[in-house]
Amino acid sequence: MKELIMIIVGSALVNNVVLSQFLGLCPFLGVSKKTNTAAGMGGAVIFVITVSSALCSIIYNQVLVPLNMKYLNTIVFILVIACLVQFVELVLKKYSRALYNALGVYLPLITTNCAVLGVALINVNKDYSLLKSVVNGFGTAAGFAIAIIIMAGIRERIEFNDVPKAFKGSPIVLVTASLMAIAFFGFAGLKL
Amino acid sequence: MKKYLERVYNGVFKENPTLVLMLGMCPTLAVTTSGNNGLYMGLTTTVVLAASNFIISALRKSIPDKVRIPAYIVVVASLVTVVQLLLEAYLPVVNELLGIYIPLIVVNCIILGRAEAYAAKNSIGLSFFDGIGMGLGFTIALTILGSFRELLGAGTIFGLKLLDSVKGLTQALDSVEPITIFILAPGALLTMAILTAIQNKLKLPSATNGSVKNSIGCGGDCLQCHGSVCTSNREQLARKAEAVADGAGKKAAAGKAKTGKEE
Repeated sequence: MKELIMIIVGSALVNNVVLSQFLGLCPFLGVSKKTNTAAGMGGAVIFVITVSSALCSIIYNQVLVPLNMKYLNTIVFILVIACLVQFVELVLKKYSRALYNALGVYLPLITTNCAVLGVALINVNKDYSLLKSVVNGFGTAAGFAIAIIIMAGIRERIEFNDVPKAFKGSPIVLVTASLMAIAFFGFAGLKL
Repeated sequence: MKKYLERVYNGVFKENPTLVLMLGMCPTLAVTTSGNNGLYMGLTTTVVLAASNFIISALRKSIPDKVRIPAYIVVVASLVTVVQLLLEAYLPVVNELLGIYIPLIVVNCIILGRAEAYAAKNSIGLSFFDGIGMGLGFTIALTILGSFRELLGAGTIFGLKLLDSVKGLTQALDSVEPITIFILAPGALLTMAILTAIQNKLKLPSATNGSVKNSIGCGGDCLQCHGSVCTSNREQLARKAEAVADGAGKKAAAGKAKTGKEE
């Protein structure tokens, strides 16, 4: 149990997926203008990464390892993720209109979110079991959600600030992200 | 020949994927902790990009339009696997340095972007040179960014101690501590912020200040997108599908009316 908590804290805060590993930077910079869209994106990412890391872990351990085809993992994972995202979109559209309206827009964006493939590969590289993979996936995605929601909150305030002309637009966003990354260094001191 | 060189020039200067189009930010920020890393990442991507452009251009007439993106992804993923296995066998140092960012070349939007915007429409030779040009542009940008960060953050260039190589300087700069933050994660974002701010100030062409439109399917403007492009694309597709269905329905009705009259 302690190990699982450590995985969650480690992947969500200490090694934050966006701010220290630079995975999923595009949606982090692109969808962080308003807090509610950022929350929607965060929710969709949590959902997709948790499910995809479970699926990829099962396929890797039950199909690729017994068949001795570990080297195919990149191809298999990207296809699984692409299909999963399509499938989730279809299911949501059919059964949960409310959830679809909240998350649907972000789903196609997630296929190209390198955090999804990154988590699947990290799980494999670290030889995580199914349970640990799911926990790691959830932790990583939660870290993404935390980062993007904080970022959106800050950006809403930056709108009203007097930013130097050259720094308007993306430079100030990148400076903000940089300061957030420094702040997240604080979590490295966490001892469990 | 001139056409081919023009593609290379275009990739390195006019449409530099990192400095002008601002594509593939994740590997750009993650691996540029030193000049060497940037160089290796750039060259690896160049190989994948040139090969994927070549193959996709060769297959452009046989890939059906509707499944082209999955087909491209499979081609790119296979190439990345090949490159990764080659690196593991012959250059294990590079493989260790870049680690997870090698398989992640698959989702680098430069590659899919060039496949969609260029290789799917142009001849094999031109596409190949376009890949080389874009790859070289990426390599040069990554090497410059990496060297800049390495110089400030560790005081070295390509692993060589700069301060030692100039004798007179050594004593004068002995007390100078490198700014370690530049080789850590926040330094990457800060470097990029400074770069884009300079581009804004000097009004240089760059996707971040809107002066350059890039030609990938979604526009590639990650900073301004908020997913709106996907929504509008989907609406357009739905409208198109409806129009087609409408057209088919009308045709069928007209056909029926005709046969009815004949009867």
